[in-house]
Amino acid sequence: MNILIPIQRNEVAPRFDLSSEIVIAEIRRGDKSISDPRILLLPRTSGDELCSLIVKENVSCVVCGGIEEAHFEYLLWKKVTVYDGVIGPYGEALEWVLDNRLRSGQILPGASLRK
Amino acid sequence: MGRKKTTSSSPESHRSPDLFLAGKLDLSCFIDSLPHGVLLLDSEHRVLDFNRFLEAMTGYNRQDAKGVRGEYIIRGNFGAITDPVGRVLESDESLVLEGDCINQNRKKIPIRFVISPLKDRSARTFGTVLVLEDISLLRDLDDKVHGLYRHDKIIGHSPRIKEILELLPIAARTDSSALITGETGTGKDLVAESIHNASKRARHPFIKVNCGAIPESLLESELFGHVRGAFTGADRDKPGMFRLAHGGTIFLTEIGDLSLPLQVKLLTVLDDKEFFPVGGSKKIKVDARIIAATHRDLGEFVRLGKFREDLYYRLNVLRIHLPALREREDDFRLLLDYFLREISTGLNKKIRGFSAASLELLSAYRYPGNIRELRNIVEYAVNVCPDETIQPEHLPKSLLAVPETPPPFIPDSGDRPTPTERDAAGDRPQESHPPLMTGPAGWGEVERAMILEALTKTGGSRTRAAELLGWSRSKLWRKIKNHGLE
Repeated sequence: MNILIPIQRNEVAPRFDLSSEIVIAEIRRGDKSISDPRILLLPRTSGDELCSLIVKENVSCVVCGGIEEAHFEYLLWKKVTVYDGVIGPYGEALEWVLDNRLRSGQILPGASLRK
Repeated sequence: MGRKKTTSSSPESHRSPDLFLAGKLDLSCFIDSLPHGVLLLDSEHRVLDFNRFLEAMTGYNRQDAKGVRGEYIIRGNFGAITDPVGRVLESDESLVLEGDCINQNRKKIPIRFVISPLKDRSARTFGTVLVLEDISLLRDLDDKVHGLYRHDKIIGHSPRIKEILELLPIAARTDSSALITGETGTGKDLVAESIHNASKRARHPFIKVNCGAIPESLLESELFGHVRGAFTGADRDKPGMFRLAHGGTIFLTEIGDLSLPLQVKLLTVLDDKEFFPVGGSKKIKVDARIIAATHRDLGEFVRLGKFREDLYYRLNVLRIHLPALREREDDFRLLLDYFLREISTGLNKKIRGFSAASLELLSAYRYPGNIRELRNIVEYAVNVCPDETIQPEHLPKSLLAVPETPPPFIPDSGDRPTPTERDAAGDRPQESHPPLMTGPAGWGEVERAMILEALTKTGGSRTRAAELLGWSRSKLWRKIKNHGLE
C-alpha cells in the first residue's frame, strides 16, 4: 500500500495544511518491507491540494500531525486511513505503520530528546 | 495575522520572585490555574512543561511530551513569522502574534500567542514561555460589531470566483491602484470594500464616489473640495471626498463617466498625492488609495479618445474582472439558496425552496442585471409566495418574457476593430460594447462555448480541459454528451 507523510526536515510535519514537503513510500506487509520512498516538494502549502494529490497517487494511508476535520473526513470518505497527531521522525512512523503499531496522537520515541 | 507589538524587557523586570526560587510554589499547580494554554520551552525549543488547559487543547499528555519540540505540540500557524520562538530567544523581547492552531478535535481555532523569554535569577534567558489564548469569541464579536472583515461576503466556488478570491488578499496587501471591471450587478462595490477592509487602511474611511451619478459641474468640487467664495453659493470651505478618504481608500465607481478635464486632475493626484481644491491656491496633500470601477470597456474608451491612456495605465495596476452571473453556473444555486435563506429569515417567512418548474424558469433566464437582479427576483418571490415553496406564478413576469441578449463584457480586446458610429457614453450600460456574440446565449450555450474553448486550448485533451474548467473528468464527459459535442 502507498503511504504519504507530510514532513518537516526528518519529522512528521506538525500541520497537514502547512506542509510543503511530503514523502511517499510503498509498504509491503507481506515481506515486511518499505520500498521506494520518494520525497516531493510541493509548489505551495494547501490542504485541499494535498488531499487531491493523495487521491491521485492512490495513497491508502496518511500519517500526519494536526489536520482539519474537513480534510480528515474527506480522506476517510476516499477510504484513506489517517493517523493524525503523530509526532516523531517519519522513518520511525513508517516502521510503526509496517508493524501495525501506529495510533493517532502517538508521540514516537525518536521525537524527544530527554535530558 | 502577524507581528502585533513587542515589549522591551529589562533584566530587573524578569527577576523571579523569591517564592518561585525558594521552591515554595508548585509551578505546575500555578500554570494549571491559568485559563489559557501555557507552554514552557527550553533554549532548544523543547517542552519543559505545559498546563492542563493545553493538554485538553492538544490532546497530548505533558509527561509524554517532555523533550518534544514545542511546535509539534501546538501545531500553530504564525502567519508570515517563521520561528517566533527563536526570534524571542534572540531578541530577548516578548512577542505577541495572532494565528491559529489545530486542536485535538481537528478544529482550527484562532489563537493569540504571547511568547516571552524565561529567565533565571541572574537574568540569563534559558527558554521561553508561550501563552495561547483562544480568541474565537473575540473574532466572532468583532465580526458582529464591524461586519465581516475578510472576503466572507463574496459567495461562490466557481473557478473564476476562486481566482478572484485568491487575488483579493494580494490586492489588500498592496497600496497600488486597482481597477475593477465587470457588468452591472456583478459585485464591484463589494469587492472594493472587501479589499479595503482586508487592507492596513481598514481602520480609516472607505469613501465611495459614483462619478456617473454626480453632474460634471459638481463632481470636481465633490472630489477635491472647494474654498469659500470659489463659486456662487460656496459660502464655506468644503473638504471634498479625497480629503475625507485620507488614510483610507477612495472608491471611484463608474470611472468611465469621468470627464477628460477631471481625468487630468485625477492623474495629478495619483502621481503627486496632492491637489488644489476648487478656487484654492494652497496644495492639499492626501494619502488615499484609489480603487476604480467601471462596467465600461476602458480599453475601448482609450481607443475612442474618451479616456486618457496615461490614467488608464495608472489605474490599471491591479485588474480584477468580475464574471457575469451567466458565466458562473456553478454558483447559481449557491447564490439562489443564499438569497432565499437571507431574505426569508429577514421577512420571517418559512419558505423551504423552489419548485422544479420555477427553478427551470430561473435557470433559463439570462440575468442582464446579474447578482443584483437575482437577489431582487428572489426578494420579490419571497414576498409574493404565501406557501412554503416558490412556484412560477410567484416569480416576476419579466422572467417569462424572452430577454434581449446583452453583449458580453470583454475587457481590453485589443485586436477588435474600433467601432465607428457608436455612442459609447450612452446611458444603457451595455450599448457601448460591440456585440461579440450573436443570438441568445443562455447558460447552455455559454457552457457549450466554454467547453469548446477549453478543448481547443488544450488541443482536445479532456483531462486538461476539465482541469481548466475546474470540473472533474466525469462532469466534463457528461456535459460533452449533453451538448452533443462527442
